[in-house]
Amino acid sequence: MTAHVATVFAKAAAENRAALIGYLPAGFPTPEISVRLINAMVDAGVDIIEVGLPYSDPLMDGPVIQQAVNEALAAGTTTDEVISVVRQITDAGATSVVMSYWNPIERYGVQKFAAALNAAGGSGVIAPDLSPEEGADWAAAAKAHDIDRIFMVAPSSTDARIAEIVTHASGFVYAASTMGVTGARTSVGGAASGLVARTRQFTALPIAVGLGVSTADQATEVAAYADGVIVGSAFVRRVLDADSASAAISAVGDLARELANGVRRL
Amino acid sequence: MTAGHYGPYGGRFVPEALTAALDELDAAFRVAKDDAEFQAELRDLEHNYTGRPNPLTFAKRFSEHCGGARVYLKREDLNHTGSHKINNVLGQALLTKRMGKTRVIAETGAGQHGVATATAAALFGLDCTVYMGLEDTRRQALNVARMKLLGAEVIAVTAGSQTLKDAINEAMRDWVASVDSTHYVLGTVTGPAPFPEMVRYFHSVIGREAREQILKAEGRLPDAVVACVGGGSNAMGLFSGFIDDADVILRGYEAGGDGVETGRHASRFSGGSPGVLHGARTYVLQDEWGQTLPSHSISAGLDYPGVGPEHAWMHDTGRASYESITDAEAMEAFALLSRTEGIIPAIESAHGLAGAMRIGKELGPDAVIIVNLSGRGDKDVATAARWFDIDLGGTVASELSPEMREGR
Repeated sequence: MTAHVATVFAKAAAENRAALIGYLPAGFPTPEISVRLINAMVDAGVDIIEVGLPYSDPLMDGPVIQQAVNEALAAGTTTDEVISVVRQITDAGATSVVMSYWNPIERYGVQKFAAALNAAGGSGVIAPDLSPEEGADWAAAAKAHDIDRIFMVAPSSTDARIAEIVTHASGFVYAASTMGVTGARTSVGGAASGLVARTRQFTALPIAVGLGVSTADQATEVAAYADGVIVGSAFVRRVLDADSASAAISAVGDLARELANGVRRL
Repeated sequence: MTAGHYGPYGGRFVPEALTAALDELDAAFRVAKDDAEFQAELRDLEHNYTGRPNPLTFAKRFSEHCGGARVYLKREDLNHTGSHKINNVLGQALLTKRMGKTRVIAETGAGQHGVATATAAALFGLDCTVYMGLEDTRRQALNVARMKLLGAEVIAVTAGSQTLKDAINEAMRDWVASVDSTHYVLGTVTGPAPFPEMVRYFHSVIGREAREQILKAEGRLPDAVVACVGGGSNAMGLFSGFIDDADVILRGYEAGGDGVETGRHASRFSGGSPGVLHGARTYVLQDEWGQTLPSHSISAGLDYPGVGPEHAWMHDTGRASYESITDAEAMEAFALLSRTEGIIPAIESAHGLAGAMRIGKELGPDAVIIVNLSGRGDKDVATAARWFDIDLGGTVASELSPEMREGR
């Protein structure tokens, strides 16, 4: 049994630092290599793995992650394969959550998905296009199978909206740093710290900031006000730029080490 | 049933970043609906800019091929910009101004919605970006040129299948990043609430006029009203005028492509299943894992793997029924209307016309049928020329026989 996300955040807080959350799509570039990449992230200090479930219409993702999920789908990655990747992460002793657009989960069956994820040792689900209003069935299934429901808040969310969302959330709250899709940015939006502060008014849950974080310096900056730092496209970029699996694994490990230092540098 | 839902369908499946904009749009729409000034502005535009009301034309010679049923054409093809799309766009452009936004974006498949949006943007002085799949920019090059002439930026989308589905993804990505200044003029009765309800509302003028016109022409309601269904906005607009008349058959015709049995089609009801796509739960072409499957149709405007959620609900409740029309059937109707009535229809609309031919034979010679002629076919001339293998050169006079040259 691996640690739930709450335990991981508590441990990071006890060390007086933010947790580091790293994203890679399952099956990218192939199912087998994706597990080795994820293990490299864990070994280099990533606290929670956000496992992407590849989807044909990733409308919240920029070109880098689009390319990665296209490759994963072309490699034949299915939802069962994603669950299998989660199980391998669990077997390696790490904590993971799944990031998936809603339709693949609905198609799989919400109860069946929650049960399968729990059985594989997965800790939670981030479904960026599922709002609490549309998520009643999911909430029931996830609760029944001890899966955290990680909802997003955005700079455009009103205070009333944030207050409502956090009542449905568990594990942690995902704060989108900027208005936009995933992808590295030269600066993390100025809206992020304000959004975290607004969200804290309404919840004691840990708050992690994602979208646009790609460097150790940005991780340090975000770690100053958030409980977690989420990095996705930067990891994917390292894999896309590598000319072999072993080069990709070492590049991902290097980035993970830099970021792990970043969240500890206060 | 909560607002924005049609039974289990519809809803709002979008990133949280868009919730505030959809709430703002919903509020602006509800105020405008009850605002006399907004209504007066919209009616004035419909009348003096679009050219409404457009006629309901009795298609006498075409009817002879429809089992003798009396077939009427609702002439949306005569609207300014050449299709029904302008109805919705003018309404949304007025809302854009009311919300104080300065830029509009749109997706387009056949290009008709893109042209309509570019037109309204020019009329209202708004910046305009239109996303169009690369494949569609090739199929509909004429409409790309029209949009550019109207001052819009056209972005060819190279992701995925390079068609309407991918253009919507890209428009959504733009919108998430630009929502403070930008309104997304979604072009059909799908997407997150309030789009399905709002787009139907702006197209309901089609059904209102058609109902009044058929009562005048025939002294009774029609037996059936039919239309092609891509996303389903022209059908929803026409159906809305008859939905409460339980005896009037409502029938939508989806693109059957090469035939539903070939897997190359856009028939969501016979070849798809309930799922979530582009912000709404509805019938979707998808595989066993919930990955969207590519659609296929000779008609760019019907080439879409999803369908409006209210159609999904009417399908399940049985209030409306849906059938498939293959490319070949649509093109036969395309040619037939051209030669019997002197009207070249859009290939999208030709699917509705083929449907009228089929349902006319079912209902028999006493039946009265209205078909929505949702657009004109100018944009499709190149596609039709390829389909029918038409020689685009004229016959050279010197090659004619002496008898013909002398007019004998």
